Amino acid sequence: MPHDHAEHLSPSGHPYRPDDDGPLSYWQVMEIAVRELLVEKGHVTPEEIAAQIEAMDARSPAQGAALVARAWCDPAFRDRLMADASAASREMGFDIGALHLVAVANDAVTHNVVTCTLCSCYPRNLLGLPPDWYKSRAYRSRVVREPRAVLAEFGLDLPPSVRVRVHDSTADMRYVVIPDRPAGTDGMSEEALAALVTRDSMIGTGLPRTPA
Amino acid sequence: MPNRVEPGARVRVRDWSPPGHVRAPAYLRGRTGIVERALGAFPNPERLAYGLPAEERGLWRVRFTMAELWGAAAETPEDTLDAEIYEHWLETGEPHAA
Amino acid sequence: MQPDVPSHWHDMGGGPAGSVPRAEHDFALWEKRVDALMVLMSNKGHFTVDGLRRALEEMGETAFETMSYYERWIAAINRNLVAAGAYDTAELAARMEEVARRGATYGDAQSR
Repeated sequence: MPHDHAEHLSPSGHPYRPDDDGPLSYWQVMEIAVRELLVEKGHVTPEEIAAQIEAMDARSPAQGAALVARAWCDPAFRDRLMADASAASREMGFDIGALHLVAVANDAVTHNVVTCTLCSCYPRNLLGLPPDWYKSRAYRSRVVREPRAVLAEFGLDLPPSVRVRVHDSTADMRYVVIPDRPAGTDGMSEEALAALVTRDSMIGTGLPRTPA
Repeated sequence: MPNRVEPGARVRVRDWSPPGHVRAPAYLRGRTGIVERALGAFPNPERLAYGLPAEERGLWRVRFTMAELWGAAAETPEDTLDAEIYEHWLETGEPHAA
Repeated sequence: MQPDVPSHWHDMGGGPAGSVPRAEHDFALWEKRVDALMVLMSNKGHFTVDGLRRALEEMGETAFETMSYYERWIAAINRNLVAAGAYDTAELAARMEEVARRGATYGDAQSR
């Protein structure tokens, strides 16, 4: 069936990308062939592939948002998170695999932002797969040289009193930004707070929402 | 410079360009920063990338100022950049002779 | 440029670039399968993430500019799997020809 619903958006608010009904591409043919050969030779099973896709689909910024909201509400948890973010994520019950996670916290005078200039390293086992722009030449090239200009493109104008700390994921660590708790959120539940935490606020290209 | 890589030490990223897979970005080579924390030991990616047995190497998070990285062209000189650098890319004394 | 010295085109920090493209897309099934194959086959020890990166780097800047992310990944995964002996290139070529004959769309080309 041809795609004739370009105006329709996916549940996450993005256009659907042509999936299995567009013209078959060379690289899709390679994926099918590689997968079939691996299955036939006993290297992997279709069930393992399906389970891995399901596990990856289950990872999303909501996990990170829950982590941030817990840190906002529980100072002892925040201490554990800053000391060992992988252990704190597992304490929340998240399956992060072998991820070595480092939490970097914003405050009134510090703003953190994360990148990978060499490839596309991202805390995927906590937040799910990275957005396309995170993998782009423009972001990777510029955010280490002119982070404030890049953040301004994302609508984030930081005052000179705030120091920017850029984190380049060059090796085995992955980074999650713990944004500063927004003003006007006293007394809000952890769940309501989590709803304020956006994906971009955990990469550092945004701030949490403010309560309505 | 002290002779040990340890938190708080001033270190310089080795300024060379071996052909092949490395994880020390070019924009940090030859630049001096301060070790922010120790991260432990990890298998050397320069061997893993070729399917070879890889010895573990110390990995360190190093903080650089934007002034150090970009000089007069720095957007805000006192902003900082942290990166993970393997110990064999870090110099603590005199730079390697070229 | 020296012919034997690879340009480290992937090492992008600080390079010139324009504004950050902000369009996003949800991943298609075939892209998720490529991602899953990378995770599973590296976890099983057939190759390393470092080997995937090396292959991506060696594919060169033209691949980065002309292929989508998961197109580059399946190409790099294939290079690593061939090197690891998971299958050989003749087997792959034969299977790809067969797959391509199955139909005109990704859905049609699945084995049945």
